Amino acid sequence: MSLLQLKNVTQVFDDEVVLKDIDIDIEKGKFYSILGPSGSGKTTMLRIISGFSKPTSGQVIFEGKDISNFPANKRNMNTVFQNYSLFPHLNVYENVAFGLALKKVDEKTISKKVAKVLQLVQLEHFEGRMIDELSGGQQQRVAIARAIVNEPEILLLDEPLSALDMKLRKNMQYELRQLQQELGITFIFVTHDQEEALAMSDEIIVMNDGIVQQSGSPVDIYDEPVNHFVANFIGESNIVDGQMLDDYQVKFVGKEFECADAGIPQNERVEVVIRPEDLDITTKDNGKLIVNVDSQSFRGDHFEIMAHDEDDNNWLIHSTNPAKESMGIGLFFEPEDIHVMRLNESEEDFDARLESYEE
Amino acid sequence: MRKRLFYVPYFLWIVLFVVIPLILIFMQSLTFDNGKSIFSNYQAFFSSGVYLKMTFNSFLFAFLITFFSLIISYPAAYFIANSKYDTFLILLIILPTWINLLLKAYAFIGIFSHDGSINYFLGLLGIAPQQLLFTNFSFIFVATYIEIPFMILPIYNSIKALDKTYIQASEDLGANKIQTFTKVVFPLTMNGVKTGIQTVFIPALSLFMLTRLIGGNRVITLGTAIEEHFLTTMNWSMGSTVGVILVFIMIAIILFTSKTKKNKVGVKNHE
Repeated sequence: MSLLQLKNVTQVFDDEVVLKDIDIDIEKGKFYSILGPSGSGKTTMLRIISGFSKPTSGQVIFEGKDISNFPANKRNMNTVFQNYSLFPHLNVYENVAFGLALKKVDEKTISKKVAKVLQLVQLEHFEGRMIDELSGGQQQRVAIARAIVNEPEILLLDEPLSALDMKLRKNMQYELRQLQQELGITFIFVTHDQEEALAMSDEIIVMNDGIVQQSGSPVDIYDEPVNHFVANFIGESNIVDGQMLDDYQVKFVGKEFECADAGIPQNERVEVVIRPEDLDITTKDNGKLIVNVDSQSFRGDHFEIMAHDEDDNNWLIHSTNPAKESMGIGLFFEPEDIHVMRLNESEEDFDARLESYEE
Repeated sequence: MRKRLFYVPYFLWIVLFVVIPLILIFMQSLTFDNGKSIFSNYQAFFSSGVYLKMTFNSFLFAFLITFFSLIISYPAAYFIANSKYDTFLILLIILPTWINLLLKAYAFIGIFSHDGSINYFLGLLGIAPQQLLFTNFSFIFVATYIEIPFMILPIYNSIKALDKTYIQASEDLGANKIQTFTKVVFPLTMNGVKTGIQTVFIPALSLFMLTRLIGGNRVITLGTAIEEHFLTTMNWSMGSTVGVILVFIMIAIILFTSKTKKNKVGVKNHE
């Protein structure tokens, strides 16, 4: 059974539709990411879940109960805020104990729980520190401790890593993931960073323009994006126009290719996605496509090669070795590397179509 | 180097109008008579029941004025800060401070006097005229009225500056509106309250014109004592003594209210 559901949730602010008819299902114990660019409605969705905003229409169902009209303090969820919002007049201990003290938990239990949770976030000896005496990373941990000490069913995280530097951020990603698995609490993590979402989540909900574009496991979303937006937003993509000739037969750049997609009407206009890392550089003769290299840049673990074909489509290639010739290199890819997207296909139709031909 | 030039007017001002007068008043308060202690005025002050009672009165009235203006100002400031029209409302609060204190005092004499507006209304209700002017009540009422803007402004500013996400964080952790207010909003706006207390309590200690016009000289505070010594009894030396004592009381209050506490209360420190 799902733990939390949004049913037909729509949010309108001053005639502007921020969320359109959102339906999502959150299961217990999983790590969810709501991923989208700014203005996609992801923060609004989080605020509706946490109870800071009331949806214009639709329902929020928690454990089978409609909680749409419950205020934030009556919901069994806690939030880690983007700027942490730790109380500056209280020290670390008092901040973490805040929620428990409100529930009239006895002093002894509080201090035991606070000690335990501070140990969990590796801040055992910081109880007496004031918030302004902590670094950004430490404040982050206190914010997490303050939320999870209340043992919520769902922990909401509103871009909590965006203020940290790159290295600390990567560390916190691992720690958050580990923490989630240890505690078994459902995490809903809002972010605009696709890498972060891919690295941490069990499920990703991709948002744009107030609509859920696609939801699914990171691998599903990466390998089988439903549309142009998702293909572009998650990872890097080469997207070219094509035409579906038949099941498992697609035509692009004037050539016919075998592919792994089916269930699309014959001769329909489609978009074809090939990930840069799926393109292998080979000789002209062995290549399925011939391209000319425009530029190369070294990225540490790979080369990023920009090229164009005879139809002037741009191709981005990730390769461990640099391209030797600038004129005419071959690109090789397997049929499974080609992903065909129908224009304007909804996520539902997409899932149904995939099911119809996948076993 | 040139920057220092900008400080010159400030230093001149401070030295001429603050430091030198303070020194003069202090010198004035000392006694240079043979056979008398140099601090005999101070001895007189602290051994006289009248002066101590005056000091106590000053404190009591200043405390009451501060207290009443605080309990009126905090909710008002809170309401204004959360209102859409806050700039307009705060302007309405500031406007009366542009009117001369004397004018306001005379206006209140008109309102409170035997034939004033309040008694007129009471008369309409069939109640005999009451003695309103020259009572402790009227003194505290008018003084509170005058001090309220100075209390509202700093509190309003501190509420306005409060990051609203603290309120959300508090509610997120399960606090209701009242708990959020007592545990988060009020402590975090304490600085505004402290500033308000300073700007009201200290002047209230030495109010003297209102004590005469509204309090009818029945309310005797340290402020009235100084005025009497300088203008009536011509005992400048004793007047200065009271003044110096008042200055020390003020310094004490400022130190007391602006002490920043790095609190580590309620926690066993394992460090």
